[in-house]
Amino acid sequence: MLEVIDIHKSFGDFKAVTGANLKVGAGEIVAVIGPNGAGKTTLFNLITGQLKPDRGNVRFKGEDITRLPPYRICRKGIARSFQITNIFPRLTVFRNVQVAVLSQQRKSTVLFRPAQLFAVEETRAILKTVGLLGRAGDVAGSLSHGDRKTLELAVTLGNRPELIVLDEPTAGMSPEETGATIALIRQLAADRGLTILFCEHDMKMVFTVARSIMVMHQGQTLIQDAPAAVRENLKVQQAYLGSSRHA
Amino acid sequence: MLKNLIQPRALAAAAVVGLALLALPLAVPRFYVYMFSLIFVNALLAMSLNFVVGHGGLYQFHHGVFYGIGAYTVTLMLTKTALPAWVGFAAAPLAAALAGLLIGVFCVRLSKLYFGMLQISLGSLIWAVAFRWYSLTGGDDGIHDIPIPQFLSAPRPVYYFILVMLGLSLAVLYLILKSPFGSTLRAIRDNPERCEALGIHVRRHQLIAIGIATFFAGVAGVMFVVVESSVFPGLLFWVLSLEIFIMCLLGGWFTFAGPMLGAAIIVSLKTFVGVYTEYWTTIMGIILILLIFFLPEGVMGFLLEKFSDRSDRG
Repeated sequence: MLEVIDIHKSFGDFKAVTGANLKVGAGEIVAVIGPNGAGKTTLFNLITGQLKPDRGNVRFKGEDITRLPPYRICRKGIARSFQITNIFPRLTVFRNVQVAVLSQQRKSTVLFRPAQLFAVEETRAILKTVGLLGRAGDVAGSLSHGDRKTLELAVTLGNRPELIVLDEPTAGMSPEETGATIALIRQLAADRGLTILFCEHDMKMVFTVARSIMVMHQGQTLIQDAPAAVRENLKVQQAYLGSSRHA
Repeated sequence: MLKNLIQPRALAAAAVVGLALLALPLAVPRFYVYMFSLIFVNALLAMSLNFVVGHGGLYQFHHGVFYGIGAYTVTLMLTKTALPAWVGFAAAPLAAALAGLLIGVFCVRLSKLYFGMLQISLGSLIWAVAFRWYSLTGGDDGIHDIPIPQFLSAPRPVYYFILVMLGLSLAVLYLILKSPFGSTLRAIRDNPERCEALGIHVRRHQLIAIGIATFFAGVAGVMFVVVESSVFPGLLFWVLSLEIFIMCLLGGWFTFAGPMLGAAIIVSLKTFVGVYTEYWTTIMGIILILLIFFLPEGVMGFLLEKFSDRSDRG
């Protein structure tokens, strides 16, 4: 479904991504791991268009989406969440998700009719799925960190994506919240047939959730394989690379 | 539906204020009728600016230009053509919106402060044209004794005409802010990058917002001509744009009606203080300083929350 082919990105002299490759099949849950600074977030930004690559291609469902602006990529069916929580703090929880649904339904330029006539059912359904329906009327900025991360995920779902790209969906969450998020991600993949690409530092989560794991180091793809194979390989890598805190 | 759109309390408050304003000309001297007309003109001007600044998060630094374009358009149509007056009244907001979109197309490509700086530059060009082109605009003399329609020749009819125009414009602006577009616009203000990742064409939305705001600045320009029967290049000068900005700051960006309150305060002060001193701008400077010191949450809270650097996200 998604294919990243030998992609490169530098910021001035700093080479952030130097030859990353990734394959995500339809319906799969794929994780990207690697130490801090390995280029995971940059890779995600290259996939969803926040950054333009220097070299290499991104293909989605057979179509070249390299260098499209983010809003066009989103409309192709890829939605993403951000590592640093990226919601609309002044809007209510309901509005946060509704804005995404309105965009997906191409209703965001309707001028003369009240917003509460649009996308209400869809928005409520999403909030119910993630368990935030009870907070629908609250201002998003007042939510706890964990709830904000969950809201971020809900906003991402508002786009009705086929592929969601999650940048550290459980970072900073308590163990209970992490467990709930893992269950939610699995449920989404199962119920909605969503394809999920995520990166995460929590290795326990990665190895329980992902079907396929891609390992990045210093901007390069070292390996992409099934968890068991990666685990075997990691031991070799660890010996070879010295110590890698997260591997 | 109306109940969902507006809180009963706000509706009641609006009704009381509206009725009071309807009755006002019967109770006060002519001078106040004139002054209130002027307040309404500035109120709409400030509301139109706040649509893009407070709700859209755009640095619309030279909004006065579009007000001036509206005023000059209706003036030129009334003085230089034989077309019926209503054509001029309708053409002015459209001309202002067209200018807004033309300048906007270039400005929305830039971010934040650069948006504002380019707008000041392009706007100042238009001011320079109005200032220099004597044969068309009368240069710095402006144009006076504009033949506005007969039925608008006395302060009272003018007052009611302006009040109705203001009321209609406010209703439309309110409706737009409550629409899906309004929600999306505020989302863009809060977080344009996130909106882009949600499939929203941010620049297009910003451009639509600029078109709407400049349209209503043009309406305010028409209202000004109806009240004053004259135009002058000062309407397009950046000092006026700053004044409108301060009206919004003073009244409160995040409220719907705040800018109108700001306009009322500034216009009244200007009128009464102007009697005693020519150094009106000094007073405005002091007001601005007081505002920053004593309403730090209104101004600074906004600046910190809205205009803080967002480039540090992963």
